[in-house]
Amino acid sequence: MKHTIIAAGMSIFAGAAMAENPVLHVYTYDSFVADWGPGPQIEAAFEESCGCDLQFVSAGDGAALLSRLQLEGSRSEADVVLGLDTNLMTAARDTGLFATHDISAEGLTLPIAWDDAEFLPFDWGYFAFVHNADLPNPPQSFEELAASDLRILIQDPRSSTPGLGLVYWIEAAYGDGAAQIWQDLADNIVTVTPGWSEAYGLFLEGEADMVLSYTTSPAYHLIAEEDPSKSAAAFDEGHYMQIEIAGITAASDQPDLARAFMTFMLSPAFQSVIPTTNWMYPAALPASALPDGFETLIAPEKVLHFSGDEAAALRDAAIDRWQTALSR
Amino acid sequence: MANRTQPLSALVWVGTGALALVLTVTLAPLVAIAVTADDGFKLRAADWAAIRFTLLQAFLSASLSLAIAIPLARAVARRRFIGRGIFISLMGAPFILPVIVAVIGLIASYGHNGWLAHALQVIGLDLPEIYGLHGVVLAHVFFNLPLAARLILQEWQAIPQERIRLAQSLGLKGGAFFRHIEWPIVRSTAPGAFVVIFLLCCSSFAVALILGGGPRATTIELAIYQAFRFDFDLGRAASLAAVQGLLCLGLGAFALRLSARGTGLGTGLDRTSALPTEGRAFVDTLVIVAAGGFLALPLARIVILGLPNLTELPTAVWIAALRSLIMALSATALSIAMALPIAFALLRLRRAAMFEALCLLALVISPLALGTGWFLILRPITNPVTWALPVTICVNALMALPFVLRAVLPALREAEASQARLATALGLVGWHRFRHAILPRLVRPLGFAAGLCAALSMGDLGVIALFAAPDQATLPLEMLRLMGAYRMADAQGAALLLLILSLGLFWIFDRGGRYHA
Repeated sequence: MKHTIIAAGMSIFAGAAMAENPVLHVYTYDSFVADWGPGPQIEAAFEESCGCDLQFVSAGDGAALLSRLQLEGSRSEADVVLGLDTNLMTAARDTGLFATHDISAEGLTLPIAWDDAEFLPFDWGYFAFVHNADLPNPPQSFEELAASDLRILIQDPRSSTPGLGLVYWIEAAYGDGAAQIWQDLADNIVTVTPGWSEAYGLFLEGEADMVLSYTTSPAYHLIAEEDPSKSAAAFDEGHYMQIEIAGITAASDQPDLARAFMTFMLSPAFQSVIPTTNWMYPAALPASALPDGFETLIAPEKVLHFSGDEAAALRDAAIDRWQTALSR
Repeated sequence: MANRTQPLSALVWVGTGALALVLTVTLAPLVAIAVTADDGFKLRAADWAAIRFTLLQAFLSASLSLAIAIPLARAVARRRFIGRGIFISLMGAPFILPVIVAVIGLIASYGHNGWLAHALQVIGLDLPEIYGLHGVVLAHVFFNLPLAARLILQEWQAIPQERIRLAQSLGLKGGAFFRHIEWPIVRSTAPGAFVVIFLLCCSSFAVALILGGGPRATTIELAIYQAFRFDFDLGRAASLAAVQGLLCLGLGAFALRLSARGTGLGTGLDRTSALPTEGRAFVDTLVIVAAGGFLALPLARIVILGLPNLTELPTAVWIAALRSLIMALSATALSIAMALPIAFALLRLRRAAMFEALCLLALVISPLALGTGWFLILRPITNPVTWALPVTICVNALMALPFVLRAVLPALREAEASQARLATALGLVGWHRFRHAILPRLVRPLGFAAGLCAALSMGDLGVIALFAAPDQATLPLEMLRLMGAYRMADAQGAALLLLILSLGLFWIFDRGGRYHA
């Protein structure tokens, strides 16, 4: 315990100490920098070659990340923001806080074509409700879920990209009927957490029957914990696809280093870490490179997705529908 | 500058300056908010829902707290039992207990997976959900029931002996005794206590942040935070802060008026005697045991859950603890450094009562409204995130100022009244006069006030959540993160550490004050 106290005493003033190497600040979401997340391995791999000090700064879940950047404005020390998604892409672009990356995105293996001047994808996945495999009669649609008395955990769409993804999922599947689905779901929702980590943690503690997560989440339990007890429910409406993206800030004082990081992000050294740490599909690796266990995951028959501009046009109204239905 | 006819005049100047500074620091953010909100005072449907929820939960919390506090105060006033003193002290603990620590204890006791839920499952009963309205009201009752009970108990115990004897000689018993002797106490204290609790619940943030179940259970304070952190809609954050400010000011003014009222009964010679205890012994015992259990269970849970994890805490928790400790001590030093000269100035200024009331402003202005205002002021000049810690220290010092003033002013008034002439006759001026004539009489209230300020700052989770960077986490914020990452073992260890530090700071300062007095 003694050494931790000494370490504590030293690092409290560490901010004042000058680093020899240039520092690259990458803002990202909480679970990315967790001990079990991709952060530690990626930091080590990039620092091997960059001659720099890569510092991850976590700021809640993905959507909170964008607010944090807006909060700091052009005085932010962020060089790269990693962990927004296509649903937030237009909103992020409109802040004027991002620069063009000038990187030709080759070798991408996304299900859709990618051509964007400011943002590059680093992984993707499908949203799904995850439950214990022994749950009797898991629902096969939002209507079945809403009619059941299952207890579910979801995330706040204003702070969390999965929470926002669920709002778009229901919009894409039901259009004008979205408000009704939300009203019917309201009595199933145990709580709305600010981020994915909180909701998933509560689910693992047994506070609910299902949690909004990804079709890839059961792979974590299967591969990392050799526990086949978690499943993702396949919904007839189809599943909404999330593509997670990163961008360079216009105010970065290390634009070259930031570009080098973005190039590194699409290289195998970064991409191969993603499946078993972030538990998502890598954006630039072939399916054959996925680890064993991923073949057991459900593959949606129908894929739902809005483009960045479509998502931006819908956002305020969709969140308002969500908030109004749930605040009754 | 100091001379014999105008002793301590330099201090008065400093005090007037400090008073001006405090008012500026409090009012400038309100101006910034008003200007920003003026761009378009637009609230969404969900914001109105937040306002409604705030009022509803505050009403329920205050009503429930009083409904239990009145029989509890009556029972404690009437009965003598072993551990009565400890019981009354325990009722003071929630006031300096960090909110987030209490919430962890409440979840572990009354949550879906808590002790009570498991106990009730045996007889086939289900507890209502702790997330949402139930949980918010439960937590508010936990904090405010003891406060209300203590406020009422104080009055109950102060029933003059003369009146009790008179009632007894008139043969007043049971219902009649309650109607004529005890009911006036309830009638005079309950409305004031209700408004104070209502006010406290209206500006509650940390409880709603953790136990609020999304849009269904959002308080105005939480909506400010969300407009700020989630939507980055400064106009809406400012609009909400304005609503919150007006609501609290209105309630504060109302509370001040209510507290000025007396019981309407004559006073006695300050001798108290035991109240009649005939009948209802079983009911009284039940009330004391039930309320005591309700309050003690979460505290016991924190100790039991935290103890095994205390030695295994991650480094980040120790760093956060050290940072919080430094911040709490800074806020305490700042608060005392402001309060002392202000107290001196208040004794000599005209319209002192008005200025004193202005200092109480900090008590009713929401910390998040202050934080939002300061963010708006700082943003054009600098990166406000780098100012998160200094702003938090200042807001904490400001929040504690009314308590410090309340503790110091009466003692200072008395010291001046009893010592001034002697000191002047002895030719004591300036620092020596302060050091030898005044300070010894202030040490005890100062110790108490410093303890209160340090404990409250230590456990505060408000402004820091608004714009801190992850590498600036205080202990309560780090605890919130651990809970968020669902590292409950670490969070429980951190909760116990925070509990020890908060109560420890209070104890050390309070003891220090008594020892030197």
